[in-house]
Order: sequence, then structure tokens, then C-alpha cells
Amino acid sequence: MKGIPLTALLGMAITALFFLAALLAPIIAPYGMSEIVGDVWEPASADYWLGTDNLGRDLLTRMIYGGRTTIFVASAATMVAFTLGAVLGFTAAVYGGWVDQVMSRTNDLVMSIPTLIFALVVLSVMPVTLPILIMVMGLLDSTRVFRLSRAVAVDINVMDFVEAARLRGEGQRWVIFREILPNALSPLVAELGLRFIFAILFISTLSFLGLGVQPPMADWGGIVKENREGIVYGIPAALIPAVAIVTLSISVNLVADWALNRTTSLKGGRGV
Amino acid sequence: MSDSDPLLDIRNLRIEATVYAPGEVPRNAVIVDDVSLRLERGKVMGLIGESGAGKSTIGLAALAYGRGGIRLTGGDIYLNGREIRTASPRQLRRLRGREVTYVAQSAAAAFNPARRLMDQVIEATLRHELCSKAEAEKRAVELFRTLSLPDPENFGKRYPHQVSGGQLQRAMTAMALCPRPDLVIFDEPTTALDVTTQIDVLGAIKTAIRETGVAALYITHDLAVVAQVSDEIMVLRHGKMVEHGTVQQIIEAPREDYTRALISVRAIEHEEKKPTQEPLLRAEGITARYGAMADDVLSNVSVDLYAGQTLALVGESGSGKSTMARVITGLLPPRAGTITFDGKPLPPALKARSREELRQLQMIYQMADVAMNPRQTVRTIIGRPLEFYFNLRGRKRDARVQELLDAIELGEGFADRYPAELSGGQKQRVCIARALAADPKLIICDEVTSALDPLVADGILKLLLNLQAREQVAYLFITHDIATVRAIADSIAVMYQGRVQRYGTKTEVLNPPFDDYTDLLLSSVPEMKLGWLENVLATRKMESAGN
Repeated sequence: MKGIPLTALLGMAITALFFLAALLAPIIAPYGMSEIVGDVWEPASADYWLGTDNLGRDLLTRMIYGGRTTIFVASAATMVAFTLGAVLGFTAAVYGGWVDQVMSRTNDLVMSIPTLIFALVVLSVMPVTLPILIMVMGLLDSTRVFRLSRAVAVDINVMDFVEAARLRGEGQRWVIFREILPNALSPLVAELGLRFIFAILFISTLSFLGLGVQPPMADWGGIVKENREGIVYGIPAALIPAVAIVTLSISVNLVADWALNRTTSLKGGRGV
Repeated sequence: MSDSDPLLDIRNLRIEATVYAPGEVPRNAVIVDDVSLRLERGKVMGLIGESGAGKSTIGLAALAYGRGGIRLTGGDIYLNGREIRTASPRQLRRLRGREVTYVAQSAAAAFNPARRLMDQVIEATLRHELCSKAEAEKRAVELFRTLSLPDPENFGKRYPHQVSGGQLQRAMTAMALCPRPDLVIFDEPTTALDVTTQIDVLGAIKTAIRETGVAALYITHDLAVVAQVSDEIMVLRHGKMVEHGTVQQIIEAPREDYTRALISVRAIEHEEKKPTQEPLLRAEGITARYGAMADDVLSNVSVDLYAGQTLALVGESGSGKSTMARVITGLLPPRAGTITFDGKPLPPALKARSREELRQLQMIYQMADVAMNPRQTVRTIIGRPLEFYFNLRGRKRDARVQELLDAIELGEGFADRYPAELSGGQKQRVCIARALAADPKLIICDEVTSALDPLVADGILKLLLNLQAREQVAYLFITHDIATVRAIADSIAVMYQGRVQRYGTKTEVLNPPFDDYTDLLLSSVPEMKLGWLENVLATRKMESAGN
């Protein structure tokens, strides 16, 4: 843990807190997720730490369960995006030629359609369940990962040690997973943090628009949507998930920044 | 300030830097320790040493400059009688590019590609308001003429990419001399050039130094080169001075062991082996080009290599020698010609070759640091061919890895290191072990010693010769360095513009009668003799006058 800057430590601590809350939601949440416990939009009190929402449910409970859904969907989507994007990106870089052309141009095609519109169209014709939500988000995000991993892999692919592996007769699987992946991992891990934040914003946007996580399940975007009318009456309920999103985003960013810095110095160690 | 004062007087110089090794806490390292140096007006001092000896750092210290995180922490640097180590940035700005100038190793990287040469050559002169633009340009043209650049009147109108590497290096020398400095720092100015170009640039630099009467620090790792241009030589090692003396004394009567080692480098004796009946590798009529390029990089190249022997492919950059390696390894299938290996035709493309064919033919690269995956340990790097070709695993594999490590003279404890934890020579040894692990009949060595310091390179060559004697492996040795060829080759093919210019046993190729190109190539290799440069240039002048 030595040599990690304070900001990164702070980021890690807060991120860990959010993830812990998500994991242990049923244990730490004071009430049931959709249990109506009081009046509509009650102010914060000893019983309801953050007050109640538009239906009289405990907001803290909703926040904790909402964080669970949001973080789970975002993590899963990021994983899908990375697995898909990195494997395809590496494949394009390693095979080159027309394989690369077809894959890269298809990727450009998908990227040329604004993600939000694309997602809205797809989700309005498909049943909105969590797996479908995750797949759609993952697929759309994988285009970005594809671009990055292809660019990184193209650089590594021309290094002598990859040529040495080819001359040895190694298959493409070995080249991709044993020669290129370990050397591309650091920039990808740094990107992972950023992509995760975008995924959180994306799922929150979708839920706010009503095409994301469906009620009665809670998620941060949905809580904003449910409580947005309260703002007119000076009820801060809609702002709390916003604060949570911002806090988590900044924390993950701090960690990602540190990871990125570490990568650059490790790259130097590669002897370039 | 009287005339007897030295121009540059460095006393007990100490230079430190913070080292950021991967995975370690940053630490302080002493780069140069207690080095003193006096340079009189109009004299040339050669600084010589291996990489890491601190020679470039000392050169830049004469401009009171430290590259990167380098700090000049102790001692005094007097230039023209003034202390400059602790001078203010403002004072230094007035000094640099006026009293002292710098010629970098890579002229191609040092010129701005978007501006004409003339503007860059006179830039410092104008910035210091030493004279008018017209006068500066006149001075630059004179310098172009002194440095025997073609068409000196119009040379400055060109852009950097329109002139050759040797010309660019001379243009940079003109840039350094234009403000009429008292001192020029030459930092390896000919290292990146081919030998036949190097001799011209060296001659031009020497003429320019003599005619302008400027003093110079000449930094290089090549003792034979520095002997041609310097009055005195200082030998450095690990940031400390080893020996200092006149050129004659250093070359003819060195006092220190280290200096003697530097001088006797490449004195490896190697008995030439006679060709046997059947060649191991026979390349016939190889013609190749890259992609859609209009010209052949190789045309009609035929060479034979016998089992357990060494064939050296010698040539300058662009002669096609590395392309030949790509053709033989199958990375670049030729347009015409055949390769026979061990009596059987070798499929031209890598993909068509069997695992057994691949095993027989291994390769060692020039840059050992990029030839090994930085995320694999030495054990994985050497062990993978064992797994891949012989299906050796677990303890058996580890035992064989250790045998190979012993063979390359690296002892215990190296197997679990990463490439970043090895020195340059050790890295190249690991690459050799990786090639040996496949138990090949032929190893292609592509400039394997040219990125290494002379003493380390010597060790690698000796190792390769020992291994050849023991394992009966053949080498295809690609190099531009004639000294290496003399040390290791049994037969030689001199390549020039994609063709084999001269081919035969070592004795045949290196002895007269020569063809014109081989003669030019061989006579351009610097020799460790006083006056060698003048003799060669004078002979060439006479010959061209005679023609």
C-alpha cells in the first residue's frame, strides 16, 4: 500500500463503501425495499435518516437497494463490454487485413449512431429485463473498448517478442492471451474505471427516462425520476441519488487516475 | 582572464539523478563522481566510455544543462573563466548557443522537419543578435562549403527530409559552428551513420574544427573514431575518470586495464572452417519486395550456409540484409527463388511450415529488450520453446532451463527475474538461450551485438563461438560491423543495394583484389591508428584524381 497517493486511497475507501453497501443491502437496510413506512416526503428524522420518498418509503433503504441494482447492472455491463471489446479488438489487431477492416468498419458503423438513441430504440421493442439491459449496455460500450484495445494491440503486435512467438509457430490464441493481453492490461484497467462510471450514468439515464430498471425495483436513476416533482416543493429527495452518483463517479475516477499513472511508469519499464 | 587560462575547466564535478526503477522506491544515484577536466582553446578532447559512463552527461554539463531529472550537485564548471554551474537561467541563456554549442547524435530527430535548413542553421546566431541575417547566411554557406556539402549556395533552401543522414549531421555541425562559439560539444555525431558515410562526416568535422579553431568535446564509445579527431582522450567508466592522456599515450601505452580492454576489443581469433559437401541452407535467386513497392529490395540473392558454420551478411542500412532474414524465416515470402534447408525445400510462407521446420530455424534480434515479453519471467521465456517443441513440463522443464542458463553463463537465481531486471548483455544472453532451447540447426542473428557496448558485445561473440563449437549450430550473422565479421565468420556475403556484391570464404572476401564497393566499405572502417583518417582520405583523393 506504500506509495499510493492520498487521493487514490480516499477514492478506494469510498468506492469500497459503496460496493459493501450494495452487497450487504438486505442486512444494513433499515426497512424493506418497497415497504411504505410513513407519509409522503417526510423530512429527515431519527427514524428516516434521509426522509421518505413520493410514496412514503424510506429513502435510505431505497438508496441502498438502488445502489445495489445500479452498481450491479453497471459492473455486469462493463464486464460484457470489456470481454467483448478486448477480445474482438485484439483479434482485429492480430489478424489484420480484411478481418480488421470488416470488424473496424462495423464498429465505426455502430459508433456512428448515438448510444442513447440506439439504446432507447432497442429497449422500446424488447422486454426490459435486467439481462437484456446489461447486454444492450455492454454491447454499446464495447465499441469504445474495441477501439482502445485494437489501438493498444496494434502497437504491441509489431514488437519483436510477438514476432518471436509467431516464428516459434504459436497460434493466435497464445499470441492474444499470453503475449499481448498481459502487456495491454494496464491501459485497459485504467479504461475500465472510466467505462464503469459511464455505465452508471447510462443506466441512471435510462431509468430516469423509464426504459431502465423497472419499478418496484429501486435504482438511482429511478429514484430521481420518482421524486423529481418534489423539487418544486423544496424536497431534496431527488438530489440524494444525484449526490451518490457524483460521489461514486469521482471516487472511481480517482482510482482510475492513479491506475493510469502507474501504467505509464510500468510502460517505461517495458524498455521503450 | 589571461590567455593561459583554460577555456573549459571542470573541477570535481558531481552529478546526481533520481532513478525511478519500476517496482522500487525512487532513489538517488550518482551519475558522475569527482570528474575534473581542463580543455585549452582550440583543442579537442575525446570523452570515451560505455553506456552509463556519464560521458554525455558531462558533455551537457559544459552547457550547465542536466537532461531529465539530472542535477549538477557539486564541483565547479568554469567556462571562459566564469563559474556556470550555479549561474542563473538568464546568464545561461546568453551563453548557450553562443559561447558553447551542441551537436546531437540523431540529426534526423534534432531538426524541425517543417522548416528549411538555413533558417535552423542560423537561428541561434540571429537569436543572440550576433550579426545580420545576410551575414549569418553568408557564414552558413561558407560552413557548408568547409563541410563539403553539395551545392553549398542552395543547400540551406532544402528541408531536412530532402537530404541524407550524413548531410544532415554535417548541417547540424554547421549550425553549431555558425555563431562562432568557443566550444562545441559533439555527442556521438557519427554513431548512427553507416561506416562509408561516417568517414566523410568525420573528415568534414575535422576540417571544420581545424579551420575555425574551435575547441571541442567529442563524445563517443568508439575509440578508433575518437583517435582520429582528438588531441587528448579521457576514458570514463561508471561516472568516474579511468585514465586521461594524449591520444598517442592512450592508444600506444594505456596505463589502466580497462583502457587496455577497450583497445584490444574484437581481437577474437577464429579459425575459418572449410565448406563441407552439402550446405545446410541454400538460398537461390531470392528476389523480394515489400507489399506494393515498385522496387525489389532483394534481387537474385544466392548464398550457401554449411552446418556448424557462420555466414555473415554484411552491408550498410538499406542493403537488404535484414530483408534476407525475413525471407528465410518465412515472414516475407519471396517473389522468386527457392530456399533449401537440410536437403529439403523450405515452404516460402511461415504458415506453411511445419513445427519441426520452425524449430530448426531460430532467430535472435538486435534489440533484446523488445524481443522478450516484459511480463514473462526468464523461466517462461526460455521454458516456452521447451514446452512447445518438446512437451517438457514441470520439473523436467525447469531443469533444462537451468542447464540453458548455465550454458549462457548466467548462474542461479536468474530464472525468476523479469527482463527489466537484467542488463543489456544479460538480456541478449537470455535471447540466445531461448533460441538454443529449440535445439535448432540454424540461428539467424540480426545485428545481435550492435546495441551493446564493445566489451559486452565481445562476451556475446565469444559465447556464440563456444556454443557453435559445442552444439554444431550454424549462424546466419547479419551485421554492418566489419570487426564482428572478422571475429566470427567462416564465409561472407557483402550486400549492396539488394544484391550480393561479393561472396566467398572469409579469406577470399577480406583479401584483395577487391571490387570498388568492398574496397570502399573495408577502408572506411576506423582503425585505431593515429593519422588513419588523413591517410584514407588522401588515398581516395589521389585515386579519384587519377581516374
